[in-house]
Amino acid sequence: MSDPRPGAPEVPDGLVPDGLAPDGTAPDGLAPDGLAPDGSTHNGPSPDHPAHDGPFPDEGAASTAASTAEAAPHGRRPRSAAEAAPHGRRPRSAAGVAPEGVAPGPGLEGGGPEGGAWLRLDPRVLAVFPLRQAGALIPLVAVLLISGQGQGAWQLLGALIPVAVVLAVGVSKWATVRYRVGGERVELRGGLLHREQRSLRRDRVRTVDLRANPAHRLFGLTVVEIGTGTSSTKEGRLSLDAVTVAEGERLRRLLLDRSPGTPHTGTSHTGTPHTGTSHTGTPDTGAREASAPEAGAGAVGRPSDPGVTRVPPRDAGTEVARLHASWLRYAPLTASGLVAVGAVVGTAFRVANDAGVDVASWATVHAAGDELDAVPLWVGVVALVASVLVVAGLGSVAVYVEGWWGYRLTRESDGTLRLRRGLLTTRSLSVEQGRMRGAEVAEPLLLRLVGGARCAAITTGLDAKTSNRGALLPPAPLAEAHRVAAAALLLADPAAGTDAPLVRHPPAALRRRMTRAVAPAAVLTLAVWALNDVLPGFGWSWPAALLLPPAAALLAADRYRNLGHSLRAEYLVISQGSLVRRRVALQRRGIIGWRLRQSPFQRWAGVVTLDAVTAAGAGRYSVVDVPLARAVELVDQVNPGLLPTA
Amino acid sequence: MIGVSVLKRTRYVPLDTETPIMGAGGRVDGAVGGWVGWARWPGVGLAGWQSGGVDLTPTAPPLRPPENRVDPRAPRWWTVRAVLAVAAALAVQLVALAGTGLGWLVGTLVVTAVVGAGYAVVMPRWRYRIHRWEADEEAVYTLVGWLRLEWRVAPISRIQTIDTALTPLQRLFGLATVTVTTASSAGPLRIEGLDADEAARLARRLTEITQSHPGDAT
Repeated sequence: MSDPRPGAPEVPDGLVPDGLAPDGTAPDGLAPDGLAPDGSTHNGPSPDHPAHDGPFPDEGAASTAASTAEAAPHGRRPRSAAEAAPHGRRPRSAAGVAPEGVAPGPGLEGGGPEGGAWLRLDPRVLAVFPLRQAGALIPLVAVLLISGQGQGAWQLLGALIPVAVVLAVGVSKWATVRYRVGGERVELRGGLLHREQRSLRRDRVRTVDLRANPAHRLFGLTVVEIGTGTSSTKEGRLSLDAVTVAEGERLRRLLLDRSPGTPHTGTSHTGTPHTGTSHTGTPDTGAREASAPEAGAGAVGRPSDPGVTRVPPRDAGTEVARLHASWLRYAPLTASGLVAVGAVVGTAFRVANDAGVDVASWATVHAAGDELDAVPLWVGVVALVASVLVVAGLGSVAVYVEGWWGYRLTRESDGTLRLRRGLLTTRSLSVEQGRMRGAEVAEPLLLRLVGGARCAAITTGLDAKTSNRGALLPPAPLAEAHRVAAAALLLADPAAGTDAPLVRHPPAALRRRMTRAVAPAAVLTLAVWALNDVLPGFGWSWPAALLLPPAAALLAADRYRNLGHSLRAEYLVISQGSLVRRRVALQRRGIIGWRLRQSPFQRWAGVVTLDAVTAAGAGRYSVVDVPLARAVELVDQVNPGLLPTA
Repeated sequence: MIGVSVLKRTRYVPLDTETPIMGAGGRVDGAVGGWVGWARWPGVGLAGWQSGGVDLTPTAPPLRPPENRVDPRAPRWWTVRAVLAVAAALAVQLVALAGTGLGWLVGTLVVTAVVGAGYAVVMPRWRYRIHRWEADEEAVYTLVGWLRLEWRVAPISRIQTIDTALTPLQRLFGLATVTVTTASSAGPLRIEGLDADEAARLARRLTEITQSHPGDAT
């Protein structure tokens, strides 16, 4: 009984349902009549046979899902209603990924003769692959060589086998993997044991990222990650590991070029980047229709020509921002150091363990342990905390330098925003302007204390939560973060975006912040007081707990102070948070729905929470605790007439 | 049985008025406990929080709830669902009691039974008074919840898929759920407790409308 729009079944969240091409063709080999709009196949529960539609009569969820399941075997199957109800999300399937086993339809350009030639990865990857695996192999080989039971020759053989396996895997990978960029599709196939066949529609390619670790760089190679905008699913991505830097650059420019005449369709950003903002969402349909005829002509390339289509000219782009050495002062205040230190220590222990070294038996460790026994507990604790802080600070600096060395943010002539960074592993990230839905300036408490902030892009296809995806700037001065956010959004003035003057929320919001922070703190304090007699030796905890409520009150006051919102010409600006203060500028036309929430407590306080729902970033951004009238007014100003009003 | 809903020019209009369908605004304002007068909030605290020269004079007319109620059989379905949930909670505690013989489990059992009974009696009726939906050629609009209220609105042009589904329990009552998915990770809009036929018609109708809005819905 599902009623997806034609073509929609393979469209992941946030993607263009190109199945809705105006001429009604289903591009991915799906028979369009299976999804006919007349509803004849929708199998709605009719009184005559309410329980017998679909192959799973007991499950009740019938459906077009069943019919599409056959066409799109990406693990899609008709879900039972019981399954569907709790989360209700369609299973994600890949964006325009033609799954294995589905022969492309006859109309598919990618499979036709006009597609480009199949290309191999660069042969130098044969050298990189063992290098990369070497790190993992060293302990294993060492253990086999040192502690192996067998006699000399057997021992050596045992050590060589893993090496041989790694080499064989590398060779087989290189020998079998092919890729090509056709007129409409980017395709990858190959793999010996793990066979893979991927195909992405070119007009859905949103990101082309280049990444090169030191081994790659030694040989002038780079990994190319081609993404379609599905943030997390593996199916929406295609990874070429690895090609030459020049080839990676060519692919990047070829696939992201949106100038008219290129075979794929989508937003056009040539010349005036400001048109970018006017091409989001539905309006691209026109462009798609308009360039559809060109697709045939433009896409035709000589089979011998690996480029297939002309590559837009290389350009340096205009610089938006670059690294300043003074920003390094923010590095120790980021949490990345702790994480990095943990990872390094963990790896070290694992390697030591693998190599058969018993860390705890080291004499020095024992000696240190003995000495620690001699000093008072608090000295030990202070020393431990201090050393952890120092190491974490140094680690943070190291992570900062490694990650952001050579940072440059540029605006390419095709309108995409390009970020390059990295000391050892270099990374290049391109964001198509048509995918930008906003920007976020975040100030974690420590950074805020010294006037630092982060800046990230809110785009479809990048998950704002995963570490650095979307980060446009290393931790930097607040003003710089606002400036870069504005530049990324093509705004002349940060005050039109993240740095807008804000409307404060009503006093009820302050009361609610106070209640929500102080009440739990007070309960905790009372609990400590009640347990005071039960737990001897923690006499100091009771006075210490008395500090909790005031601290909570301070936090609540700061949380209220940071609450605010503002509706600018093109952006809805939202501010909130204390431990991490966030300013979000969300493109008005990037808002794809609204949600108003009200708990009983909010009802008493006379406020609601308004969520602006979007396809990008976190999925929704909340204006917390505003009067209902203000919420309705905001919705009405962004989408006039959308909310039914009396 | 709720009447056949036929999409006229802009919104569903019930043909069969066997079950009274709420009009715009109307009884709702006064009908739902604790919810009274929410539409009359304009002005609450507004004067106190203007700042930065931003004009906060409310310009939008007050919100009205969506037009259509869910099927009158929905409360029965919710009741059965609630009873099953409470029974499961009781069963777990009974098994624990039989296994351990801990005295205080008797207390939690009694509390669970009393609270659960209240929940099963109050929640479905309360929910039924609040749950509403509306769909026209511009947007899908829902109001759900009982203690926590949630209004959702999704413009038709941003809808990606429309699904209907029946759980076995729903089929028992001839009900269905229509799920409207957008490109956001914030979750879909859900109209649950519709008459199964009506749900199918609504889904078909919405599918047709969404087809006339091509685009990437993001």
